[in-house]
Amino acid sequence: MTNSIPEFETDSNCFLIIGSNTSEGHPLIATRVLRAKQRGAKVIVLDPRKNQIGHWADVFYTFRPGSDVALFNGLLNIIITEGLADQAFIAERTENFEEMKALVAEFPAERVADLTGVPVEGLYTVARLYATQKPAAILYAMGITQHTTGVDNVKSVANLAMLTGNLGIPGGGVNPLRGQNNVQGSCDMGGLPNVFPGYQPVTNPETIAKFSKAWSSSLPTPNSPLSNKIGLTVTEMISAAGEGKIRALYVMAENPMLSEADINHTRHCLEKTEFLIVQDIFLTETAQLAHVVLPGASFAEKDGTFTNSDRRVQRVRRAVRPVGDSWPDWEIICHLAGKMGAGGFDFVSPQAVMAEVAQLTPSYGGITYERLEELGGLQWPCPTTEHPGTPYLHKNRFSRGLGHFFAVPFKEPAELPDQDYPFTLTTGRIMFHYHTGTMTRRSKKLDSEARQAYLELHPDDAQKIGLNGSRRVRVSSRRGQIELNVRVTERIKPGVVFIPFHFAEAAANVLTNLAIDPIAKIPEFKVCAVRVEALSGTEHRGGTDHRSGESERRTRRDE
Amino acid sequence: MEYHNVLTTCPYCGTGCALHLQVLDHQLVGVLPAKNHPISQGGLCIKGWNAHAFVNHKDRLQTPLVRKGGKLVTATWDEALALIAEKLSALKAESGPDSIGVFASAKCTNEENYLIQKFARAVIGTNNVDHCARL
Ligand code: SF4
Repeated sequence: MTNSIPEFETDSNCFLIIGSNTSEGHPLIATRVLRAKQRGAKVIVLDPRKNQIGHWADVFYTFRPGSDVALFNGLLNIIITEGLADQAFIAERTENFEEMKALVAEFPAERVADLTGVPVEGLYTVARLYATQKPAAILYAMGITQHTTGVDNVKSVANLAMLTGNLGIPGGGVNPLRGQNNVQGSCDMGGLPNVFPGYQPVTNPETIAKFSKAWSSSLPTPNSPLSNKIGLTVTEMISAAGEGKIRALYVMAENPMLSEADINHTRHCLEKTEFLIVQDIFLTETAQLAHVVLPGASFAEKDGTFTNSDRRVQRVRRAVRPVGDSWPDWEIICHLAGKMGAGGFDFVSPQAVMAEVAQLTPSYGGITYERLEELGGLQWPCPTTEHPGTPYLHKNRFSRGLGHFFAVPFKEPAELPDQDYPFTLTTGRIMFHYHTGTMTRRSKKLDSEARQAYLELHPDDAQKIGLNGSRRVRVSSRRGQIELNVRVTERIKPGVVFIPFHFAEAAANVLTNLAIDPIAKIPEFKVCAVRVEALSGTEHRGGTDHRSGESERRTRRDE
Repeated sequence: MEYHNVLTTCPYCGTGCALHLQVLDHQLVGVLPAKNHPISQGGLCIKGWNAHAFVNHKDRLQTPLVRKGGKLVTATWDEALALIAEKLSALKAESGPDSIGVFASAKCTNEENYLIQKFARAVIGTNNVDHCARL
């Protein structure tokens, strides 16, 4: 995020929320947005579903999944032609404006309305409101990134913010909301195939030299340099394992069996993996396939730090000892490295690890446990121990100098509905569960709120498929099929269906498409083509509405 | 009876709310919001209020497991780690470091993510390290 969460309440005068089910995915951020609305800020929500925040919005439109780039180009074009662009900002802080302008000129409102399903007057309303109510914050989540055009979508978001001068100011910026607690931190720490901690590229010879020196005691021989070859992403590693090119996988606290697109493919690949190590707190779907399972500790049983969406590094503190003979994950890694004969892993505590991180990672240079104890949290970049941290980014300049406008052509999603698979499936989260449900589905209260997967279907479509009061459907794609209950609702756009992905027994990712963005390598979770067929008979296990979980409570796991 | 609260960070979404874990005789018994926290300001969502609930679930893994004769059976740490060290070293010698892949985790701490990528890059010798940020 370029802004801080508190700025939403105090500074932002307009929110453009797109591809984020904020009230369910990030409830306490939604609270800030609604408080800002009370003092007069405008809220615009664009989403394939009328989610809860959509109900509260001043302006809400549904749009066709996967048409994001067309939508943004249309908005950019209107803002330019109406003279609402921030000329001073464009002149001083950006480059390549003309090229972008020429491309978006090919997106007049009428064409964009056809491509996206947002009416012409709606496009004008959104563009005018966003461009005139400064500072304006764009909030987005996986609805923007989980596409074959994910990177294009993100570039489009940046174009819109730069065009209106909404960067480098409190309350105005570009804010990807992170779904998992420490996605930000995992990226910051170099849990990525192309960068060391602090986004230092593995292809940069100076960086290689720096880390080779710092980590020399861990290397097989002190002078052997680190690899400068960009590694594989999760999705690529899984496929490579299926082809025998990757022979061993060490999976720490992830559950790709549920979270990856196209589960049947993932299962096939993991089953073929010669040596699979899974370190987790539960025997997840992935761990069940492992050759060795290592019991890690939960957040309550270890010390450390998490970094949230607004780049805030905060403490995690041990409250109880790990259950049974489980170990904190940091200790497991250190022991394993030691067993393999490597030095450089003799840390006595996470605090000592953070001291090494700070030495090697400029943006974390000033982060110490002592300061976190005193200040509660620190937002990076925080280069020195005197630095107060950085609430919002790009104040006087972008990290690369000038902000670059991209001319982004529109591409359709990899799989479009057709005669055989006439519906567009989009997936997402619900309020009561988290990611693959490993933790939340084992929490009595959360489990009782929502116990089963379901499909959201528009009433017109229910009629079309001849649902006739039945509550069960079979959903199939080119990759697999699942059966689940159905919720008929006007929240969803006709022609589009939605399934939350938390539930193993009717896993949405059996259906999703593994087509990936060529740069970010994110699978296209948010768009694939499916067929929906009504099944006769009703599901007697009871309601799927999360407020009617009562009848199911007796039939399922009861602890 | 011994009771205390431990201030920590919510393990669920990326908002980063703070919460107090309530500990009674070395057991987690509940969650309290953190009043002065800049993000959560004394509030929590239903997931945060239940952040303690899975920690003592009976399904928690308590010991290492090793697959023998097709089944996962209980093993000691020494046994499990020795097996992994031996296997990874052998595969690395045979097919090179890039025949091994490592998944970091968006659920683990910064320190753990730092260590696992250091392990992949320095000890194994590969940049095949990624996590489910994209998923
Ligand atoms: S309490 Fe809710 S909103 Fe806050 S971090 Fe936890 S899951 Fe996110």
